[in-house]
Amino acid sequence: MAPAIEVRDLVKRYRKGTVNAVDGVSFDVEQGQFFALLGPNGAGKTTTISILTTTLGLTSGTVKIAGHDVVREASAVRREVGIIFQNPSLDMNLSGEENIRFHAVLYRLYPYRPVYRLMPAGYRHQVRDLADVVGLGAEVFKPVRRLSGGMRRKLEIIRGLMHHPRVLFLDEPTSGLDTASRRNLWQYIRDLRKQRDITICLTTHQLVEAEDADRVCIIDRGRVVAIGAPHEVKVELVQETLHIDAADRAALRRRLVALQLPFNEDGHFVVRLNGRTAYEVVQSVEQPLTMLRTESATLEDAYLRLLAGEDA
Amino acid sequence: MPELNAIAAIAGRDLLKFIRDPGRLVAAVVFPFVMIFLLGGTLQLNLGQSAGFNFIGFTFTGFLGMTLFQSTAQGLSSLMEDRQNDFAQEVFVSPVSRYSIVFGKIAGETLVAIMQVIPFVLFALLLRVPLTPLHVALLVPVALLSCFMGGAFGLLLLNTMSDTRAANQIFNFVFLPQYFLAGLISPINVLPWYLAVLSLLSPMRYVIDLARGVVFSGTPEYSRVVLLSPATNIAVLAAMFVVFMVAGTALFVRRETSR
Repeated sequence: MAPAIEVRDLVKRYRKGTVNAVDGVSFDVEQGQFFALLGPNGAGKTTTISILTTTLGLTSGTVKIAGHDVVREASAVRREVGIIFQNPSLDMNLSGEENIRFHAVLYRLYPYRPVYRLMPAGYRHQVRDLADVVGLGAEVFKPVRRLSGGMRRKLEIIRGLMHHPRVLFLDEPTSGLDTASRRNLWQYIRDLRKQRDITICLTTHQLVEAEDADRVCIIDRGRVVAIGAPHEVKVELVQETLHIDAADRAALRRRLVALQLPFNEDGHFVVRLNGRTAYEVVQSVEQPLTMLRTESATLEDAYLRLLAGEDA
Repeated sequence: MPELNAIAAIAGRDLLKFIRDPGRLVAAVVFPFVMIFLLGGTLQLNLGQSAGFNFIGFTFTGFLGMTLFQSTAQGLSSLMEDRQNDFAQEVFVSPVSRYSIVFGKIAGETLVAIMQVIPFVLFALLLRVPLTPLHVALLVPVALLSCFMGGAFGLLLLNTMSDTRAANQIFNFVFLPQYFLAGLISPINVLPWYLAVLSLLSPMRYVIDLARGVVFSGTPEYSRVVLLSPATNIAVLAAMFVVFMVAGTALFVRRETSR
């Protein structure tokens, strides 16, 4: 089976640009994976997503979605993807249902009818079911401008799922949402993954949202700087550390040097484990310790250190 | 068939937006009242006798053609509005052909323009402009052709604009001279050669002249009011439509994906 997303040496330079917004990016995403594209603002995430969803042309490289080339088979790609945009893309002049109906007709799911009552029964059931699932209920018939930010996001997700896409792109989906709405939305996306074999490609700079991902790809200035499972990226980027201290600091220092363990002194000794376990190091030290603590980096630590390193 | 459904959905959205906009609905009634009752009536009283034709009918056909042409052309700029408020992304990421998007927009703005000229026709009948049922029936295809022409012209203009502010400036610049060059409210039978050339380049001229060709057909005033035969106007409009549509759509599709 072809990967859900296949990106090879992707380059994008905007017409008036002097540098590449995306500069040789490559990655694969398998069907059913939750893939997170991380990076600071301006890193090239939205440009990459726009190319993957066919709304922007590429300069060079190849991109395939569900085996379809985004340049030569754009229409087939569009049928396979759903997208929740960074900025809400609802028509404020229409009701929630009218926005959904517009989408359903554009994706060739149902014939167009000017009013809801005349739409096929299958459509009406699907709308009601999806509205209930996300807790919109009858609110779906209200004008979009009267819905809260959280409701609008849910409406966009319902809309994006109407045509059962194989790949769902979420471009900074929680931007502008309060904490409760954000949590609620993520719960819904987690439930969705359990119910359907759907590939999710998330772009975000909220690191906590990527902790659940199967794979993360960190990009900065248009280039991939790290890729892998979150724990692999953490291991690759940030060493686990052991924080120790002893009454005889001079002896402890000599012992660490003899063991060829890299360390810093910050009121105590911060030892980088370099692939060894904390237990092995503590046993090798042989000194009576007055302090012992291990520290494991979060993905956010890895990400921030990585970006700090890039800037240096 | 799916593409026809998509075109209908895009057109239906435009019509719904018009019906739900009280400001535009009021303007659709007030504008014809001002133009036909006040302007047309005043011109008829002061100039009708010396001009030798019915100025209310002349003004009616002028504003009818202008509204159909300009409303559709300007309506196309809502594609840019959609792009600015991000709704365009929803349309462009869908599997609908770019050509269907353009046709849907033109069809929708055509419906809106036709809704806007219904009060014009009613006011004209009230002021006894001699409109027979045959005239009204013939005005339907004329209206459609005028709107399609406006849509194609608007599409071409759209590619020269970067935002809605620029669009308003360009529209003013492009349409205002055409009011005079197309003979909206003043006859253009006699013009200096340079204005005659510019007049021949104005698409609005052929739209208005075609409407006059229908409304004044069979009247003794026909030769004083109508510049070209309806067949010539239709041929010129059809040729302009094809050129504007092909160039406008190609530029539009290219611009949307080759940023």
